[in-house]
Amino acid sequence: MQLIECPWCGPREETEFHYGGQAHIAYPETPSELTDTEWAQYIFFRANPKGLFAERWSHSGGCRRWFNAVRDTRTYTFLATYRSGEPQPEVQS
Amino acid sequence: MTSATPPGAHLPEHGDFLWRNPEPKKSYDVVIVGGGGHGLATAHYLAKNHGITNVAVLEKGWLAGGNMARNTTLIRSNYLWDESAAIYEHSLKLWEGLEDDLGYPILFSQRGVLNLAHTEQDVRDSVRRVEANKLNGVDAEWLTPDEVAKICPIVNVSGDIRYPVQGATYQPRAGIAKHDWVAWGFARKADEAGIDLIQDCEVTGFVTDGDTVTGVCTTRGDIACGTVALCAAGHTSVLLDMLGVPAPLSSHPLQALVSELLEPVHPTIVMSNQVHVYVSQAHKGELVMGAGVDSYNGYGQRGAFHIIERQMAAAVELFPVFARAHLLRTWAGIVDTTPDASPIVGHTPYRNVYVNSGWGTGGFKATPGIGWCLADTVAHGRPHEYVAPFALDRFVTGALVDEHGAAAVAH
Amino acid sequence: MSSDFRVEGYGRVDRDQTLTFTFDGRTYTGHPGDTIASALLANGVHTLGSSVKLGRPRGIGASWTEDATGLIQVEEPFPEPMLLATAVELVDGMVVRGLNGQGRLAQIPDTARYDRKYHHVDTLVIGAGPAGLVAARAAARRGERVALLDDRAEAGGSLTGTETIDGRPSRDFVAEVTTELAGNAQVVHLPRTTAFGHYDDGFVLALERRTDHLSDPPAGRSRQRVHRVRAKKVVVATGAHERPIVFADNDRPGILLAASARDLLHRYGVLAGREIVVFTSDDAAYAAALDLVAAGAKVTVLEVRAQAPAGAGDLHVITGARVLSTRAVLPADETVGNHGRIASVAVMDGGGHEFGLTCDLLLVSGGWNPTAHLFSHVRGPLAYDEALGAFRPARSVPGVEVVGAADGVLDLAGCLGPEVTAGDEPERTPGEVIWRVPGATDRQFVDVQRDATVADIARAVGAGLRSVEHVKRYTTIGTAHDQGKTTGVIAAGIAAELLGTGVQDLGTTTFRPPYTPVAFAALAGRERGELFDPVRTTAVHDWHVAHGAVFEDVGQWKRARHYPQPGEDMEAAVLRECTAVRGGVGILDGSTLGKIDVQGPDSAVLLDRLYTNMMSSLKVGSVRYGVMCGVDGMVIDDGTVLRLADDRFMVITTTGGAAKILDWMEEWVQTEWPGLRVHLASVTEQWAVFPVVGPRSREVIGAVFPGLDVANAAFPFMTWRDTVLDGVPVRVARISFSGELAYEVNVNAWYAPAMWERLLEAGAPHGITPYGTETMHVLRAEKGYPIIGQDTDGTVTPHDLGMAWAVSKKKPDFVGKRSFARPLNADPLRKQLVGLLPTDSTTKLPEGSQIVELCDDGVLPAPPVPMLGHVTSSYRSAALGRPFALALLKGGRERVGDIVHVPVGGQLVAAQITSSVLVDPEGARRDG
Repeated sequence: MQLIECPWCGPREETEFHYGGQAHIAYPETPSELTDTEWAQYIFFRANPKGLFAERWSHSGGCRRWFNAVRDTRTYTFLATYRSGEPQPEVQS
Repeated sequence: MTSATPPGAHLPEHGDFLWRNPEPKKSYDVVIVGGGGHGLATAHYLAKNHGITNVAVLEKGWLAGGNMARNTTLIRSNYLWDESAAIYEHSLKLWEGLEDDLGYPILFSQRGVLNLAHTEQDVRDSVRRVEANKLNGVDAEWLTPDEVAKICPIVNVSGDIRYPVQGATYQPRAGIAKHDWVAWGFARKADEAGIDLIQDCEVTGFVTDGDTVTGVCTTRGDIACGTVALCAAGHTSVLLDMLGVPAPLSSHPLQALVSELLEPVHPTIVMSNQVHVYVSQAHKGELVMGAGVDSYNGYGQRGAFHIIERQMAAAVELFPVFARAHLLRTWAGIVDTTPDASPIVGHTPYRNVYVNSGWGTGGFKATPGIGWCLADTVAHGRPHEYVAPFALDRFVTGALVDEHGAAAVAH
Repeated sequence: MSSDFRVEGYGRVDRDQTLTFTFDGRTYTGHPGDTIASALLANGVHTLGSSVKLGRPRGIGASWTEDATGLIQVEEPFPEPMLLATAVELVDGMVVRGLNGQGRLAQIPDTARYDRKYHHVDTLVIGAGPAGLVAARAAARRGERVALLDDRAEAGGSLTGTETIDGRPSRDFVAEVTTELAGNAQVVHLPRTTAFGHYDDGFVLALERRTDHLSDPPAGRSRQRVHRVRAKKVVVATGAHERPIVFADNDRPGILLAASARDLLHRYGVLAGREIVVFTSDDAAYAAALDLVAAGAKVTVLEVRAQAPAGAGDLHVITGARVLSTRAVLPADETVGNHGRIASVAVMDGGGHEFGLTCDLLLVSGGWNPTAHLFSHVRGPLAYDEALGAFRPARSVPGVEVVGAADGVLDLAGCLGPEVTAGDEPERTPGEVIWRVPGATDRQFVDVQRDATVADIARAVGAGLRSVEHVKRYTTIGTAHDQGKTTGVIAAGIAAELLGTGVQDLGTTTFRPPYTPVAFAALAGRERGELFDPVRTTAVHDWHVAHGAVFEDVGQWKRARHYPQPGEDMEAAVLRECTAVRGGVGILDGSTLGKIDVQGPDSAVLLDRLYTNMMSSLKVGSVRYGVMCGVDGMVIDDGTVLRLADDRFMVITTTGGAAKILDWMEEWVQTEWPGLRVHLASVTEQWAVFPVVGPRSREVIGAVFPGLDVANAAFPFMTWRDTVLDGVPVRVARISFSGELAYEVNVNAWYAPAMWERLLEAGAPHGITPYGTETMHVLRAEKGYPIIGQDTDGTVTPHDLGMAWAVSKKKPDFVGKRSFARPLNADPLRKQLVGLLPTDSTTKLPEGSQIVELCDDGVLPAPPVPMLGHVTSSYRSAALGRPFALALLKGGRERVGDIVHVPVGGQLVAAQITSSVLVDPEGARRDG
């Protein structure tokens, strides 16, 4: 029941947002050149830290834009939200 | 005003002695990280089945205080895929003899589970699962809405709800048990066998030598180990990160709730995927419900309340008589989920470290089964046949056990 | 014993009106303003029911929601289980009974309405006691938007009316403040509204009780309302709960918290007893004792401390005293409502002298527990305060302020703050923290509802338990209706004593919502029935209804499944509809198909990356079927793509996949390929789609659209053409999901009903037959066209479906391609889509049936029986004159011709594996 700061719309109710898992995982340039293990890493393996986590969110019930956030998975507190393409900001929990 | 026998009079008392509170020794043959249901059951079966008792169970908080204390105690084995049915049915069979095995009351009540179907596709998926269950030796039936109403008269099987009930799968041998009693029964037996249950003992690191873990660093000192079994549920990633072992796990809040004590009204367990409900009535009379998994990763043992509100809407939709039951308490556990909704059990890149994780919402019901199989795995240094399909490398080969494809709702 | 315990000159109930109610079958009276508890106590009734485990009598223990024991079942006006008698307002005609530990749910539907309301404020004040009123007034005077919530019927909190504030009687002060707030349009003041949950970022949920206290509630008013308040600042002014002291037989009816007895007197004019013993270690009990004496009671104070405090007046105080145990009325004296009620206490004074005191009421006060629940809900840290003997807020949380007794401030002046002057209060003497009196631990109840005693805690500790969480679980303390509001800290204190440790060392307490129990229906709100999930209907839904369609739920959509004629069941209707389509012409409402308008110069690039086949080579005016896979290579959706222009496509998705696929495409565009110049918009609702299908469809389309050249050469298969009808643009596409000649008519949904009627009218001479989704499914299955989600389950690749032809070998990459190269994808035993013909030509295999190898002796072996796959679709075919099925079968395509067994209801049905295409395999019918 948090307010999440959409980088485009401002603070909005949590229920307007959709979660997208870990951020900054780029689609491989040339998937065909990856080994099966490397490909599996891309498809399935994601970090699961207890603490700060850079992750993707979509304002699905609003502007429908994807953006990134740094959130603390212990407290769920959003420490930063930023637009796709922008670098991950330095934040401390 | 008063009945002759108070409704709670028949419930048993806990044992007069449960466990010692030993200081950790310098070294153990087996160190189990995580003193929840799985860790304690593994300890029990190591002692009972394999005579291995130089074992420590390390718990960062209080024994069975994680998901074991927070789950909704459903036990069933009506899973779609052969691999899942095998381990859960093995577990269910153990449940059926567990009270005798542990010498401790666990209030195991085989009252059956109904998995409701609400759409044509639900029906297809349900029949598919029932037929698979039968061929796997798991008791299962497909019921019409009228038959559903006979087993659980309070389910609204009329057409006047948003997604009318089209039928249900039924597993009569499914049931519930008292989670604390189960955990404490295992703990008591393990303690009795000489296994050290060490609480307030958080693992902070591992001592490694090549592909071998030689010791475990804890808040109560370093402990040398022969074999390590990780049974840390939602915190498995934290441990694997210490070892530098990646695994496709994500930890999420999973909420549950109870009502006040009510006169018996709900004789079985009902689950619905489409109208997300999972509800049973516990021994004292409270309605126990599991909500959906919260979407985002979280280690907070709390979830968002809109999930609970949605759960309430679903409950009243399907069970109109629940309207004036009261939400008394909510809580959350941390479930570790995997991409195919099946667990990850078996070898790690370290030759003497076994992982047992990713049970998502299935952990409680698997408790004796996985304890048995993990003990066997540790004792023999190779995966037990029932856990072999759940190896970490399936994500590379693509041999997933995709329970998302199964109609069964989580829990 | 007289049953009238109402005192003249006290209380604010309306004595001019009398209300009648029944409790346990007896009729009693009360007044507007009463609760069930106050009315029962006014009638001398203390005992409500019995405990869940031991069956001991249970009575009223307090005057408001801190009561841990006074539970009732309301039967009339509508059954509601397990309510606190202290919190149920009395209305005329109520039927109430006591409980034996369990409530009872109604057997009839609750027709009351429950709803929600949203508020956005600067400051939310929770609690309209002195601290809350001052905070709300200050915020309002600062010009802020304010919400003030209070759980009781009237503001004032713990103020009894005897106090002086700013030189006036405290009730006048309360009236002044509430009047000022009521005159401020920026302020919302909600009585009877319990804030039950506090969440991040100033979000509070509160339950307003709107009708139960009214004898004649206005029609249509919601019974309860959940207020959803988002506040910049939350002021927690929730007061404190008085804490009892544990002694033997402390669970009897007739034992109340001291301040509750005072509250009962001043609020309801009820003197809960006439011969009263007060057992206290805290000053507050003296104010209660003095007021009770003034109201006519005889009071003896048993003071735990060595000296009576300043406010003792001329009360009879025995210092250094302990209550050792209590006794009940003799059985011969038992009357309804007094079973087990206290009659005397065994006391030991400071000198060790033991004696008995008769009484009809024992009041207990062991100090105060700040009601910090709502602070704790937002992870506000609580710390044990030795002096208070309770947990209180340890440090601040941004955006949350805890004031007054909730913060451990126990004097009125402190609660009011510097701006308001409190009248003289006696100097507070520090209370003594005492959890229990030594004695028979198995009769010392810590959790009265759960029948959990000090002996139970001792047993838990003896069993090896060291964590207070274990102790709670061992004893079940704190798990009952009150969730340990008053006794949680006592349990911790006693456990700490037994373990020889400090309370704080046992770990802090965390409270979770809800603060008090909330009815399921209140939380469900209006999200029931049709509002449980939105119902989506097409533009011609009314026509389907008017023509007797049977609907099925597909996602949120209501789709016409079939149109039975009189006497027809679904099977008959579908056979008729199928025959009509393949033999003449039919029409389907396909409007629910997802439609995504893809625009921009890089549209083709995007589609090439997302579809397994090539879309960039599609010509404007043409249509291509395509499949989409997840990155794991499993099919997630399929459909057709129309190229509208070089830079524009119309992507058609499955009905159920529409939203998912739009999201999927958006996600790739935004997060992976932001450089692509492409935009996506859902136009599902904007376009109605009516496939006109069958060998006579050309005549129908030709008749309706004279401007359209429908000849095969001019308008070939898998092309689309725009035309105009009466000035309305129409797009017609030669797409077939049945193998028949077919035209899909797309029109602005606004004109859909008219278009539908035109098509029917033009089709009438050809016997045009509306058909539903079931017929659509049969027709497509006869052609082996899969339904994603029915013939696939998330583990199926395009190759498994026999659609290698739809997987581009030219494109260097597309989503899912790399996964096809994983080892398991080359497994010859992957399940593949095949046809299945029951050899008896009559059995319709149930969808979902499992397939096993032929059992030579016709008997299934013992489980586990290896499974080969399962039946995904199964129908009776009019065209084939027999039932048939589609199935996913291990290595199925290599096994065409083999016979397998399908267990059906205890029988084994033999079936032959065939190609999945059973009708018109050469595709001769699609051009008519």
